[in-house]
Formats: sequence, structure tokens, C-alpha cells
Amino acid sequence: MDLQIALLLGQDGITNGAIYALLSLALVLVFAVTRVIYIPQGEFVAYGALTLASFQAGKTPGTLWLLIAAGIAVAILDLHQVLRARTLRKIPRIVGWNLLYPAIAAAVVFLLKPGELPLLAQIILALVLVVPLGPMIYRLAYQPLAEASVLVLLIVSVAVHFAMTGLGLLFFGAEGSRTPAFSDASFEFGLLTVTGQTVWVLGASLFLIVALYLFFERTIYGKALRATAMNRTGARLMGISTVMAGKLSFLLAALIGAFSGVLIAPITTIYYDTGFLIGLKGFVGAIVGGLGSYPIAAAGAILVGLLEAFSSFWASAFKEVIVFTVIIPVLIWLSLTTRHVEEEE
Amino acid sequence: MGEVRSILEVDDLCVAYGKVEALHHVGIRVGEGQIVTVIGPNGAGKTTMLSAIMGVLPHTKGEIRFLGDDVGDTEVEQMVARGITLVPESRALFGEMSVEDNLLLGAFMRRRMGFRDHESTMSDVFRIFPRLKERRSQYAGTLSGGERQMLAVGRALMAKPKLLMLDEPSLGLAPLIVKEIFRVIADLKSTGVSILLVEQNARAALKVADYGYVLETGEMALEGASSVLLDDPKVVESYLGLGGKQ
Amino acid sequence: MAPRLLLGIFLALVAVAPHVVSEFHVTLLNYIGLSALVALGLVLLTGVGGLTSFGQAAFVGLGAYATAYLSIGEGLPGWLSMLGGSPWLGLLVGLLVTAVVAYVLGLLTLGLSGHFLPLGTLAWGLSLYFLFGNLQFLGGHTGLAGIPALSLFGYPLKEGRSFFYVIWGVVLGAVWLSKNLLDSREGRAIRALKGGVVMAEAMGVDTTRSKTVIFLVAALFSCVSGWLYAHMQRFVNPTPFGLHLGIEYLFMAVVGGAGHVWGAVVGAAVITVLKQWLQDLLPSLLGASGNFEMIVFGIMMIVVLQRAREGLWPMLTRLVPQRSTPSAIEDAPALARKALPEPGKVLLEARSIVKRFGGLVANNNLDLTVKAGEVMALIGPNGAGKSTMFNCISGVDSATEGEVLFCGQEVTRLNSRQIARLGMSRTFQHVRLLPAMSVLENVAIGGHLRGSKGVFPAMLHLERMEEKRLLAEAARQVERVGLKDSMFEAAGSLALGQQRTLEIARALCADPCLLLLDEPAAGLRYLEKQALAELLRKLRSEGMGILLVEHDMDFVMGLADRVVVMEFGEKIAEGLPEEVQRNPAVLEAYLGGVD
Repeated sequence: MDLQIALLLGQDGITNGAIYALLSLALVLVFAVTRVIYIPQGEFVAYGALTLASFQAGKTPGTLWLLIAAGIAVAILDLHQVLRARTLRKIPRIVGWNLLYPAIAAAVVFLLKPGELPLLAQIILALVLVVPLGPMIYRLAYQPLAEASVLVLLIVSVAVHFAMTGLGLLFFGAEGSRTPAFSDASFEFGLLTVTGQTVWVLGASLFLIVALYLFFERTIYGKALRATAMNRTGARLMGISTVMAGKLSFLLAALIGAFSGVLIAPITTIYYDTGFLIGLKGFVGAIVGGLGSYPIAAAGAILVGLLEAFSSFWASAFKEVIVFTVIIPVLIWLSLTTRHVEEEE
Repeated sequence: MGEVRSILEVDDLCVAYGKVEALHHVGIRVGEGQIVTVIGPNGAGKTTMLSAIMGVLPHTKGEIRFLGDDVGDTEVEQMVARGITLVPESRALFGEMSVEDNLLLGAFMRRRMGFRDHESTMSDVFRIFPRLKERRSQYAGTLSGGERQMLAVGRALMAKPKLLMLDEPSLGLAPLIVKEIFRVIADLKSTGVSILLVEQNARAALKVADYGYVLETGEMALEGASSVLLDDPKVVESYLGLGGKQ
Repeated sequence: MAPRLLLGIFLALVAVAPHVVSEFHVTLLNYIGLSALVALGLVLLTGVGGLTSFGQAAFVGLGAYATAYLSIGEGLPGWLSMLGGSPWLGLLVGLLVTAVVAYVLGLLTLGLSGHFLPLGTLAWGLSLYFLFGNLQFLGGHTGLAGIPALSLFGYPLKEGRSFFYVIWGVVLGAVWLSKNLLDSREGRAIRALKGGVVMAEAMGVDTTRSKTVIFLVAALFSCVSGWLYAHMQRFVNPTPFGLHLGIEYLFMAVVGGAGHVWGAVVGAAVITVLKQWLQDLLPSLLGASGNFEMIVFGIMMIVVLQRAREGLWPMLTRLVPQRSTPSAIEDAPALARKALPEPGKVLLEARSIVKRFGGLVANNNLDLTVKAGEVMALIGPNGAGKSTMFNCISGVDSATEGEVLFCGQEVTRLNSRQIARLGMSRTFQHVRLLPAMSVLENVAIGGHLRGSKGVFPAMLHLERMEEKRLLAEAARQVERVGLKDSMFEAAGSLALGQQRTLEIARALCADPCLLLLDEPAAGLRYLEKQALAELLRKLRSEGMGILLVEHDMDFVMGLADRVVVMEFGEKIAEGLPEEVQRNPAVLEAYLGGVD
């Protein structure tokens, strides 16, 4: 390996690592607020990428039907609850978000012919379809089990992952897709050639991380989420509902996931089940941070990206094996440093 | 206290943990602008009672009315929206957030309902607890026991409650600080807030309260004007028992 | 119909099945059996032990590949080739490799929070799948063909019908072993893992060891399933050992009823049959080919977890009358007892204990002694730090400064398990028992350290004499505290006061010389309190030392020899009950004072 190759691999690693870092932040957030180990995070990556690819192929993405179906299911459950508790003033919100919003989205998709729109509009439309699925899935799968143990929630996560992967196959078929790059520019820095897409990925990831930081530090809703993560009872006593916090964190996670998918789709071919592996690499980063620390998780994720890039050069067949065995030293380190006195359930 | 309008009325409240009933047919009443205390020894069910009123714990029987409305099935968040806040025994602070952020979150529901007066409320809280102002950018987890209690009370006041429920505010605090907390509780009365104070420290509680109840093993044993209860020997018995004198 | 009769009918059905159903259905039943074996391991792990694994398919793969590689025998190095060709060598090596991998994985994750094991197995399951697909000597993605048939006593088992008996024989054997294991001293320790770790450790159970045991057993069952699979298919490739299969095994256990060994068989049957049916139905319905049954399984799992978390088996058992509960316990020779120390000898000595939580001082400079044959009471208002002191003494937590001596030995830094071994036993302020287990079994956990038979004797039920003696001892303690009438009831159905009494019986079952009781009289009725006081007096007269935290002053003052009063983590008074009761500082601490 010469320096040029090393630089190239480094660039690849950091680009992918930036995406893993975004995902690891979402995973830490969801776990802190809801205790859910969010395995289906990767499916949002695939859904985001493949919805965009469908638009570009001039097809109607299946995620639209899923949005409509999930909206109807949520509306039925929520309306049932509202009618029983006689809190009728909540009805407009429920109908608006779960029935009206998907209907409008459908109308937009059918009227605008997204295949002919500029890339930016296509991306926004893809996010419009995929992101609301996050809180809807929270409502349908997790909210009824909010008090269950971490173990039960984890099994639910795996079940959601299963269903979403199957649906992904149904919507997008078994063939992979790759979307065109955001820009064709490339920059020369001595030996290193940096592609426009790399700059986009790094810039967008950095922007998203800063935006998230400001959200958590400066806004009352961001603080409310942190409060729920620290002390659920205390937060409820301030009027911060656990359900609201759960839906909000799932919304953010879905946004991060789908957006990551849009970013990575020009770099890697995305299949209906690729998201899972990408999400798990984010997990390896999150585990490095003990599922608790945002900065360590992000750093760990970038390390995963680098490791992946370099191992694909030396031992490409064993790339995945090497990446997932990284967690062994991490686990050793964690078990040596944490004194664990905890009662499950 | 018949003339004062009731802000909180609790009738026939029963709470059970599994098969075990922890609260038997308890009734209390808090008049508007009053301080009412529920005292009793450890394990009498005082915390259980507050949790059930707030909606943190489900009750098996009974009625809870706030300003005349039935709030028996209302969720915690909606209780806060109606104007009730609870300062729990554990304080439940957000340890890795600054004092200021903790206070700000106290006004979460008010801000959600469209009120924008949190800054002036915060200056009021800082006037009541100047110590919190000094520590405003410090993490809540680094405060001393007394400061934590002040922050917990201050955070509850940020919601501008109509009814403030305090669970053992003196718990684990040194005498001087207990004194300060009780001074604040007495002063709050002049702002018009009604207070339901649950305490083990019977003397201090009865001194600031208008009316008192004594809870013993899940049942109301005594009630009366606090000045009367203060001199009632039965109160001492319910705490220390008759053991040695048998 | 009695459960025994049902079991008989089931066994008869298994015996005749291959002769009455079609070849296709025999194959389906074989697959059900193979899956049931894996799911059975997950029942032990998930339903009973509260842990879980997504990587069981990888252990199946280890078993399959080990035997495939060794029994084909090609490409083996010279010194091994003479051993090649034997499926039995394959089984042995497979089990060994599996045990090592599972042990290492357990070692890495079982000391951490509960979710690290499943995450670890997720990574392991994925990695092994990629490894199988990329190792050339294992045939890569094409796999290995030409695995010899198994032969038993010279009969080659080449057909599905004959192999059926091998598979189901192994499944039934594994069910028997699992049931035996759960119904034993080791089994009680395993059943305590879900929600009772702190309690079990205080009773001397090494819970990390118990977790490792069930993870190993689950992995080994999977390995055997893989071995059988390889010799049934005579061909292996990586596909059936991927992560998705690992997740399906977990679904089988949960759908069938993760808390019950037969749930594994039910779940394996339901999922296997459903999968077969959906794989035919869905592609034609949806007009595309693919594993669309995943959608149905995923949604089905969510519904099961939300609506019927116990799975199908409990629903099925509700249809038949329950086995009548035993009404008596067999008498057996008493277990050996430790000699109680001389009355008056100092048992426990805590010197200048300081316990800080961050900036909070929960215990400050506390001294405490308890002698054999006395009742020492520790009282004080809420939040005074009594329970913290209890935890420091019993090793549930450890003191920041100061030292604790027990029977003359320094125990400050020992954990609760080691301290329990020395003869200290405790109850908890917030009752810690296993609500679904009977009163008798809960008490028997207290006797854990008085038995010594391990996992293998338990699985084969070779430890019945020791078990009888343990249960007889537990029954004696249950009777002694007055719970004889509820001996076989579920502990969770008792009133709170009786649950506290149960905890005392459990502590006594450990044969302690020092008993730590945290609020034993709370929630007891008047007569029950008197009975409890009577029991404690009797124990005291036998020479036991008792340290008591209690709020019921009538109870304390009537019973204690000496009283220590705490406030704000410090000792404010010590002496005879009458002295303490008149002490103005104590009155002030309890009733408070503003001025």
C-alpha cells in the first residue's frame, strides 16, 4: 500500500464513518429516552435511499402506501383511545397527522411527477414520506410496551426490523439501486482527490450534528428529551409526557436514518436489506460509547468506518467479520471498567 | 374551615399494591389558599397518597376532585396542565443539567400552553432562593442536599401551580436548612398558592399549616386544626408507640 | 385428563407418526424437532433466565460445519485424517468448539447490563455467517456436500423416517434434561436470574455462573441440532445459519411460551408450519418472490408481545386441569448445621463506617456491634441511612471508609455472596422474592449454600437425596415462621406481611449465626407481629445474633436488647430501649422541632 491508496482508503473510511456516526447518535438518543435498542434504524437508511431511487426511476415508492397504512392504523388506535377517555379535543391533531398528512403527501407524489423534479425536491419528498414512519412505528409497536423490560423492547425491535425488511423487499424488489452524486466536482489536494459527494457527506453530517447539538442545548423540547433520559418520573411531573418524548426521539432517529440513506446512496449500492448492516455498524460505534455517550459513540463510529475501509483493502472477504469483532475488545474494556449493580426489570 | 372554597377534595381513596391495600378509604380536603399537612410515621402511606392523587399510581377506589372537576382518571401531564405540581420525596432533579435548565423545564407545560412568562417567574424563584441564583449554571447533581430541595421546590414553582404538593421536604436535611425550607413554605402562602404538605417532621409541619391529618398504617387516625394537633399526645404515640410503658 | 396421560398420548403420537404421515410431513416434523431443540435452549435463556441471544443459528452452524468437515474427512491434515470420517468425532469437536465460543462470549458480556449479551450474539451471529461463506476449506458459499449418514448400532439412518426417531429422541431427552435442571437447586438459582439477582447473590448464588450455565446449555443444544441437521441433509452451506434464522429461533421460543420447556416445541411447530404455508401463499398473493413471511412473523411477534407475552403454551395448559399440587413434603435427614457461637461473643463489628454517594454522605462515622444471643435494633427517621448501613454490612454495597468485621474476619470489601458464606443472612426492605415460584422453593433458595451438587447431577436427577434434604429443611423453616398452610402457593399471592415472613424463613434456611432483618414487622397484623416477636426471641435464646431495622416502635421496644438511633447518617443515641425512648434528642429526631 502506498500513501495514495492509504489516503483514498482514509477518505472512504471517514465518509462512511460520518454516516455511521450520525446513526450511532440516533441510537444513543433513542436508547436514552425510551430504553429501546433500535435495531430497525438501518431500515430507515434503506427506505430513505430507495424511496429517492424510486422517484428517480419515475416509480411510486411503496413507502407511500406504508405511510398511508400506518397512518390509518395509528388513527384507529388513537381515536379509539380518545373516544374512551372522552378527550375529544385531540381528534383534529390525530386526523391531521395520521390521515390528512399521508393523503396530502400522496396527492403531491401523484400530481408533481417527482421523477422530473430537481434532486433537492426529490430528497425533501423522500424525507416527507419516510420520516413520519418513525413516530408511527413508535406508536404501533413500542408505546403499548413502554413499561416493559429492555429485553422485551429489544425483541420488539428485532420483530420490527423483520417486518420492515420484508416490506422493503416487497416495495423495492431484490435489485439494488444507486442514486447519482449530489455533485460531480472533485478537488485535488496533492496526492488526494476528494470527490464532491465526500464533501457533501461530511458537510451534511457536520451540519446535522451541530443542529442536533443546538437542539439539545438550546431548545426547550431538546432539553425535555434530555430530562426524560435522565429522570423519567421527574420529567413527567413537569408535564413532559413519556409518549411525546418517545415519538420525538423516534422522529429524530427516522430523520437521521432516512437522511443518511440519501447521503450514502450515491456511494454504495443500496439493497432492501443493506440498511441493517449499516445500522449495525452505527451500533458498534454506540457500543463503544457504552450506549451512553454521544461524542464517544461518534468517534467509535468513525473508527469503524476507517477499519472497514482498510480491511476491505487487505482482506475484503472478511471485512464484515473484522468490523463486528471490534466489539470484542470494546466489551472487554467495558466489563473491566463498569461495576455493575443492577436489578433487571 | 367550612367557608373556604375547596381546591382539592379526596374521598374514600384506596390504593393497593397487588393484593395488599396500602391506603384504606382516605379522605382529605384542601381549601384555597390554605396549607394542609398530612403527618405520620414512616410507612404510613403518605407518599402513596400523594402519588395516587397526582396520577402516578392508580387507585382502586375513591374520588379526587380538583376545583370541583373529577380528576380521578387524569394523566400526570394533564394534572400539571390543570395547575397541580408535586415535589416528590426523591426530588427527581435532572442531575446532569444546570440549575437554570432544571428551572426552565419546570415551566415546560406552561410554555406548551402558550404562556411566555418563564423569565419573570424565574426571577421570582431566585428572589425566594437567592442560593439558586448563585448556582444557576452549576449541574443539579453537584448541589448539596439543601440546595437540591430548594431547586426541587423552585422548579415546581416555575409551573405557577394552584396547588403545590410537597412530599417530605425536610427529609435528610440538617436542622438549619429545614428551618429555611419551612420559612419559605410559610411565605408561599401569601402568594395565594394552596399547599398540601406531607411530612414526618410533625412539629415543623403543624407550625406552618392551617389544618392537619395524621395518617397511620394507611388510615386516617386523627385530624384537626393544626394548633390543636400540636398539643395532642396521641400524635406522639403514633410515632414512638407505647412500647416501653406497657 | 391428567397431564401424565397427555404426555403419554403425545409420546405415542410421536412413536407412530412416521408410519402414518407422508414423506413430506415426516420431513416437516424432522425440521420441527431440529428447531425445537434450539428453541428449548432459548426458553432456558430467555424465558427462564431473562437473557437472550440472536446468535443461536451460528451455534447450529458450528455443530453442522464441525461434523461436515470432520466426517467428510477430505483435506484434513495427516495426523487428523485417521480420526476423520466419524460423525461422533464431529459431534465431540462441535460441542467443544461451541462450549469454548459460548464461554468466551459469556465471559465478555454477562458481567455487563443485560442487553450486551444479545448485542454481542448479534455481532457473533453475523460474523460467523460471513466467515462460513468466505473460508475456502469450508466450501465458501457453496458449502460442503457428501456428509456420511449417521449409523446407529450398525444401522445406517439414510431415510427421513428412521432419522425422525433420532431427532425426536434427542428433543425429548433435552426436554427431560431441561425440566430436571429447572427442578433442582441449580434450577432455582437459574430461575432467580430474572428479577432476583440481588437477592440470589445475598443467598450465596453465583449468578454470573448461573447465567453462563444456561448460555452454555443453550449453545450446546443448538450445536447438537446442527450436528443432526448436517447428517440429515448430508450437505451444508451457510444460508441456514444466518442471523435471520437466529432471530426466527427466538420468535419460536417467544410465540410458543418462553417460560415453559414445552413452549419451545409448540413454538417450533407453529413457526415451521406457518413458514412453510406462507412461503407458498405469499409470493403468489403478492406477485413477487421473496421471504415475505418475514413481514407476517414480525407483525405477529409484536402482537404476541403486546397481547400475550407468555406465549401459546400457558393458553394450552389452561384447557386441561392442572396437576394437583403436592400436599406434603417427604421427610429427610436434616442437613448439617454450623455450630452457633457462644452467647455474648461479638459477631459483627462495624467501625467508623462512612458511605458517600457523590456529594451526599449517607453514613457518617458509624460504629455498631452485634453480639451472639442479642437483638440489636437500628432505628431512625426516614432517610437516616439505615438501609444504606445494612447494605454496607451485608456486602450488597461497600462502605467508602471504615471497616466491617464479621466473626473476627474483615469483610469490608467482600461481596454479598462471600459474606453469606460466612454465616450472615438478611431480608430486604422492599421484599425481594420470586412471585411465580412457590413459597417452599423461595425458601429453598436460602439453603443454596448448604447443597453442593452441580449442573450435571441436576440434569440427570442424580442429586435427589440432597434435594430432598434441602426441601425438607426449607419446609421446616416455612413451618417455623407459620406459613405452613401456604407452602405450595405462589409467593406472589401472599399478603405483604406474609411475604416479609417468607423472607425470614429464607434467611433462616441458610443456617446463619447473624440475621439482618430490614423492617420485618411492616404490614403484619397484631397477632402476626406477636408471633414474629416470639420467633425472634426463640432464635435469640438459641444464640443467634439479630440486627433489626424497624419502624414499629411497640415491636422494637418490646423486643430489642439494645437500640441505636440514627439521624442524618449519624448515630445520635445508643442504649437500652427505655433510655432511648426518653432521650430528648431522639424525640426531636422523630417529631422534629423548628426552634
